[in-house]
Amino acid sequence: MAADNAIKNHAAERSMFLLRTAVAGAVIAVLVGVLLFRVSYLQVLRHGYYETRSQDNRMRVQVMPPVRGLIYDRNGVILADNLPAYRLEIVPEQVEDLSATLDRLANIIEIRDADRDRFHERVAKTPRFRGVPIRLNLSQREVARFEVNRGDFPGVEIRAGLTRHYPLGAVAAHLVGYVGGITVQDLRRVDEKRYRGSNHIGKSGVEYSYESRLHGEPGSRVVETNASGRALRELEMNRPTAGESLYLTIDARLQKAAFDALGDQDGAVVAMDPNTGGLLALVSKPSYDPDLFVDGISHINYKRLITDPHKPLFNRALQGQYPPGSTVKPVMALAGLETDQIEADKQVWCPGFITLPGSNHRYRDWKRSGHGWVDMPEAIFRSSDVYFYKLGLKLGIDNIHRYGELFGLGARTGVDLPRENSGIMPSRAWKNGTRNQPWYPGETLNTIIGQGFMTTTPLQLAQMTSRIAGRGDGYKPHVLRAWKNPVDGSVTSSTPTPLRPIQLNDPAHWQVVIKGMEEVIGNPRGTAYHYVGQNLDYTIAGKSGSAQVTKLAQNEAAPDLEDVEHQFRDHALFVAFAPIENPEIAVAVLVEHGGGGSSVAGPVARQVIDAFRAQPPVLQASTGSGR
Amino acid sequence: MNANATNAPSTLSEWLVYWRIDLQLLVALLCCAALGLFVLYSASGQSSAVVINQSIRLGIGLFGMLLVAQIPPEWFRVAAPWVFGFGVFLLVLVVLLGDTAMGARRWLDLGIVRFQPSELMKLAAPLAVAAYFRDRSLPPNLRDVGIGALLIAVPVLLVADQPDLGTALLIAAAGGFALYFAGLRWRIILLLVIAAAAAAPALWFNMHDYQQERVLTFLNPARDPTGAGYHISQSKIAIGSGGVFGKGWLNGSQAHLNFLPESDTDFVFAVFAEETGLFGVMALLGLYCFIVARGLYIAMKSQDTFQRLAAGSLSLTFFIYVFVNIGMVAGLLPVVGVPLPLISYGGTSMVILLLSFGILMSIHTHRKLLAT
Repeated sequence: MAADNAIKNHAAERSMFLLRTAVAGAVIAVLVGVLLFRVSYLQVLRHGYYETRSQDNRMRVQVMPPVRGLIYDRNGVILADNLPAYRLEIVPEQVEDLSATLDRLANIIEIRDADRDRFHERVAKTPRFRGVPIRLNLSQREVARFEVNRGDFPGVEIRAGLTRHYPLGAVAAHLVGYVGGITVQDLRRVDEKRYRGSNHIGKSGVEYSYESRLHGEPGSRVVETNASGRALRELEMNRPTAGESLYLTIDARLQKAAFDALGDQDGAVVAMDPNTGGLLALVSKPSYDPDLFVDGISHINYKRLITDPHKPLFNRALQGQYPPGSTVKPVMALAGLETDQIEADKQVWCPGFITLPGSNHRYRDWKRSGHGWVDMPEAIFRSSDVYFYKLGLKLGIDNIHRYGELFGLGARTGVDLPRENSGIMPSRAWKNGTRNQPWYPGETLNTIIGQGFMTTTPLQLAQMTSRIAGRGDGYKPHVLRAWKNPVDGSVTSSTPTPLRPIQLNDPAHWQVVIKGMEEVIGNPRGTAYHYVGQNLDYTIAGKSGSAQVTKLAQNEAAPDLEDVEHQFRDHALFVAFAPIENPEIAVAVLVEHGGGGSSVAGPVARQVIDAFRAQPPVLQASTGSGR
Repeated sequence: MNANATNAPSTLSEWLVYWRIDLQLLVALLCCAALGLFVLYSASGQSSAVVINQSIRLGIGLFGMLLVAQIPPEWFRVAAPWVFGFGVFLLVLVVLLGDTAMGARRWLDLGIVRFQPSELMKLAAPLAVAAYFRDRSLPPNLRDVGIGALLIAVPVLLVADQPDLGTALLIAAAGGFALYFAGLRWRIILLLVIAAAAAAPALWFNMHDYQQERVLTFLNPARDPTGAGYHISQSKIAIGSGGVFGKGWLNGSQAHLNFLPESDTDFVFAVFAEETGLFGVMALLGLYCFIVARGLYIAMKSQDTFQRLAAGSLSLTFFIYVFVNIGMVAGLLPVVGVPLPLISYGGTSMVILLLSFGILMSIHTHRKLLAT
């Protein structure tokens, strides 16, 4: 058969074929070598690397956010709660047409344009297998409506979680504060690792200042996941540790009473226990609904809050800096007594004004006709300005400054709430430093009646009052009373921080000024007798103040006529403590543009103390058993 | 051929000879196929359906192989030009009215079965070249080389146009090997290699987007680790994490957790390497080498130019499958759709492969005794 073709050289062909086969075999050997080399490289040299990659692929660490600690008042009334919340999430990967799905969803669940926009933003930044929330805080009805139709929405799920709720709402908004979404700035002040998986961080009030206690420690779950990120089984589990629950010194009932007592007026009330420095109530008005912030405040609501001329977000109780007016007169009287510039029973002639040598500017008393001859207690309870002008001239600014400072005026109290302001207790050094001007005697007169440069916060006034009530003893103002360990349930009480006692050369001087303050309310000629002193069944000492509002802030828009009147009206102030012998409560009230301190702020203080006396705080057993 | 035909053990060998079976090839193929079923069971997420399906195809393929082995090799030579012509006709039909699947036009709907004529060409093209050179003086003159090249180029271009670069490459390789064994001059081979290198840019600009994408991804898998580079990254992780001893059968997390795409088809080698480690890979490569060596041995022993060229080119083509697939999965070559022979899940290509071994067996068992 092979012989058919004479041209063919079979032997040559055969040997050529053998050669070619050998060459092919050699090439195959080389190529197999290349494959083996490559596979060995991957499996031996790079094994460690790929082993890690494989583990990374397989295992996913899921952060389990801790449950935020709750906030209670001193009686166990809840101020900040965690509520179950249902949110609607969409896993983009499992949805064919996102827009169409959203359109269909909108038929059964309200989805606003803002929700959509936020959703699309988040989708772009999230891995496609992760759920992206489209709606938060679904109502029970919405949850039910979705569940009925859930078969029509593959890739859409309802997720349960916790959200923050403030049962007292606006009443304690500035005090308790609120939580909100975590921003880049927030992460700068905390350990970022602890916040993976967390949705909320404290933004203001107690929520802000005790963030580290409230937040808790996140846990983690190591799960085996498949390529689409679905968890198949749990390999390892570290449970999160809930945050500590806080018990405040605040009494919710008193907080509410103070809030109501202010009515529609802008202002602040601070009530303090002089025996511990614990704040019993801290109110600022107008207020806002803190729940608005928890899951992201809407643009409209936020704009409304920040453009409101009454500045509802501003915490007047510790950020507002107001001239204290006559409320500081008891302190000034003490300064006079202690520096031997005057005796308590020394009668001083008080016409309606005084002038300084070399000037004909009249420094007027608030009462144009003057008070006639007054001694110190009377100068306090009738609030004679001229008496204190004359005292001021003797004392000089240095003594005034020293005693003001002693009572904590013009300095931050260090309260455990954020963004406290200091106010100003003016002095020569201050004026030289800030204005590069010498001190003028007329400014001394303004200062001693709590006007001029001097400003204080309502919290400082409460602290000052509580130190008078404590006859020099006092404690740092604070709101945290105790905290509860989430693991063993043990409760630790905070220890009040005593302030350096104010030692008088003659402790009897306390009695002089307290007597004066008592008569402010108790004496028929006292400024507050008609407004505060009626139907009392306890002893009380107080002092009114009316702080002149001299000028409009430069940047405020020109208000209409009625508002001008209101804007120029004095701030009304009143400080008080009760009972006189064993003081249990010290209160400072400020009503912005309220007018008369006694007539406007006085009744507020009275109502707060009445409410306190009617329902004295009960110490909850679980928190009382501290340590 | 066998003197001890009457002895008890030689009953088997007589039986084998009678049924035209090459025992060594058969055992190696069966080993490979059995290994494949185990790997598939694991790679498919322990799907018995996949294993049963594959077993049925294997059965069909093995039956087809034995059937083909009964046919005298001379018949293939006679049939080769006709089958080749028919194949080209079908490829033209595909171009004109084929079914489109996943952007490529590869299938011909025959009513009962859908059929890829390009698969047929993997056999028809080398056989046609081998048949053409049977009566030519070798090494071939330039005119014969040209005709041989034309025989290869026509189906390759038609298949590449579908587009199916992987199959076109395999057809080109199969035909080219026949030409190589026919004695294509080394100078021409060298020239071809240089020409291919020079033509690469031209080829590049004629590629489809997805083909360019594959090449780019091959050059830098990190370029798009979630997209086109994902296959390669994940298969390298699978192989690498297997280590020397492997993670054990059914324990390859890459495939089981779906990180590895196409884990039971083109990327099945990654599963195998992940679960059996370097030792498994060496064993598998050894098995493949044995099959190739046996094929080349059959070629050397064959008594006719056609048979020699056919057996040689079919054997080398089998190796190309192995090399291209493993090279691709291990990140040495761009991703082209070439299955791992006898192991990847899939029907047509395995049946065609087994038929080619049927031809090898036919060639080997129809030898005339006078030759030795």
